[in-house]
Amino acid sequence: MKIHEYQAKDILNVFNVKVPRGIPALSKDEALDAAMMMGYPCVIKAQIHAGGRGKGGGVKVAKSAADAQQIIDKIFGQPLITKQTGPKGKIVNRLLVEEAVDIDRELYVGIVIDRKTACPVMMASTEGGMEIEEVAEKTPEKIFKEFALPGFGLQAYQYNRLVTALKLEGNLAKKGNLFLQSLYNVFRRTDASMVEVNPLVITKKGDIIALDAKLNFDDNALFRHKKYIELRDTSEEEPSELEASKHKLNYIRLNGNVGCMVNGAGLAMATMDIIKLHGGEPANFLDVGGIASSETVANGFKIILSDENVKAVLINIFGGIVRCDRVAQGIVDALNSLKIKIPVVVRLEGTNAIEARKILAESPLDFHIADSLEKAARLAVSAANNGEYR
Amino acid sequence: MSIIIDENTRVIVQGITGKEGAFHTAQMLEYGTKVVGGVTPGKGGQKSEHGLPIFNSVKNAVDKTGANAGIIFVPPRFAADAILESVDSGLDLVVCISEGIPTEDMVKVNYILKQSKTRLIGPNCPGIISPGKSKIGIMPGFIHRQGSVGIISRSGTLTYEAVHQVTQLGLGQSTCIGIGGDPIIGSTFLDFLPLFQKDDETKAVILIGEIGGNAEEEVAEYFRSQFTKPAVAFIAGITAPPGRRMGHAGAIIAGGKGTAQEKIDVLRNSGITVTLNPAEIGKTLLELLNK
Repeated sequence: MKIHEYQAKDILNVFNVKVPRGIPALSKDEALDAAMMMGYPCVIKAQIHAGGRGKGGGVKVAKSAADAQQIIDKIFGQPLITKQTGPKGKIVNRLLVEEAVDIDRELYVGIVIDRKTACPVMMASTEGGMEIEEVAEKTPEKIFKEFALPGFGLQAYQYNRLVTALKLEGNLAKKGNLFLQSLYNVFRRTDASMVEVNPLVITKKGDIIALDAKLNFDDNALFRHKKYIELRDTSEEEPSELEASKHKLNYIRLNGNVGCMVNGAGLAMATMDIIKLHGGEPANFLDVGGIASSETVANGFKIILSDENVKAVLINIFGGIVRCDRVAQGIVDALNSLKIKIPVVVRLEGTNAIEARKILAESPLDFHIADSLEKAARLAVSAANNGEYR
Repeated sequence: MSIIIDENTRVIVQGITGKEGAFHTAQMLEYGTKVVGGVTPGKGGQKSEHGLPIFNSVKNAVDKTGANAGIIFVPPRFAADAILESVDSGLDLVVCISEGIPTEDMVKVNYILKQSKTRLIGPNCPGIISPGKSKIGIMPGFIHRQGSVGIISRSGTLTYEAVHQVTQLGLGQSTCIGIGGDPIIGSTFLDFLPLFQKDDETKAVILIGEIGGNAEEEVAEYFRSQFTKPAVAFIAGITAPPGRRMGHAGAIIAGGKGTAQEKIDVLRNSGITVTLNPAEIGKTLLELLNK
């Protein structure tokens, strides 16, 4: 689960990680009041779940009330397009107004789980403010890593090594050490999947502050952190994906014209791939999981068809524990009740597949039954692109 | 021969009284797996619906039944503990089916596993089957057929698809393993390939990977330098958008890393035949064998 910068900073603050003074605002008026309370100059930051906000024009310094008004009018309620939002951008519904900070140096620090070693890893770099992927690509020697021993965390010598690598000396080294320790606590105690401070700044006064903050939670651990669940901002999510998640369906919207409904994540990806291989473009990823009842199938259809680009639907079910005859009945019932007009190609294999094909064949509804994945993909792509089965 | 499990493997089920655990225990028994008991704390001394003895702890079950393998069907928030209990009780093999275990829990489990003799398959996986001998998992037994192809995969139903194709072509499988779709799993491709290399019955291997992580890249060097049997791979997710989790917690292209194309290239460079068509995994292998 992703949260906004201001929410992440609230959490950092609780764990004694220093952040700038700031006030979140949910309307233009609130933002203007916040700017007045902060005084000028202050910084107005668009709050969306995507990076690259600064370069996209979503972070501005206001030198006066008139300035603030102009910035707020320009950003609030408008789409912000960044490298990570896609061409449509994301509507800015929340702002964070912060004190301006005199920056001496910009650094980077982030914590994630390293999949290879299965340990948390803290990464630090003197190249703050840049995208860490870019630093990793161009100057990997400028990223320093320390791996935490599970259950023990990072040791004092490891923090010291990172602080040294960040070229923090004297009093700053002490402050840096504490900062990194507190940040690691945030990661560990909140079951985060990622904590990133970029940039971490050294101010001219000699303070160490998290000027930006990103915190993602491990969805599987949210049951241990009920208070964080409230931080979810569903307006940041694609409406059809949100609707799907309510029905416990795993749906991701894409840009193609062939909708697909599959059981199992790997097979769902493979189905998207084979659509592409046959010259089509998948419209979505949809894993209906292990329970393919008529209700699941109906909900799946509704979500797939909420996308106007979909010109044909491919259903690919490999029945293991799921019985294909039940799925087939589910498909017939769903098509009956939804009165679907576009071509539907069905491929059912596995447990009771023969009975399933019989149920489909005997139904008066118009769909195409394919006896192999290959054929199913070909038919669905042809139906979507040319309006005929070939 | 098959690898890891055979007709002599003695299995206990953690969560045998739950709906899923009970159902799949029945399926495993029907397949011929030697399921010797179950564990549900508080229900020790009772019998399961299958007539199997239930124990309060894994240690108890191992002492009384001589089990050397276990399978876990407990809810995700208790699953890490169930794995650790199996490790502590000295099981050689644990298969964890549960999906949705917190990553932090798996970090701890993995660390303890490394210092133990226990092999963990999963979590979030379909398990392992040596056709005709034993299945410790949730895969449909009937699509398999005893034979000479070893299959290792990060997926569930996509593995069934590959198994089905291999069976249809008249080839069978020596052992099939679903290693799981999570970012942190107990055993990875590299843990099983050397076993397939050594196994006389296994004549060829199918590897099914997907986007995310670098498990596929890790095996490339082993393939190139030490693996001598024919191998075919398919990598799911060439059409997957970056930054999105494709169903499996571990299937995500993060920071531009872990793309299908990257994995395909690395595997091809190490001499593995990679097919881009998931419907032709079996066919590609057959062609390779007939060359």
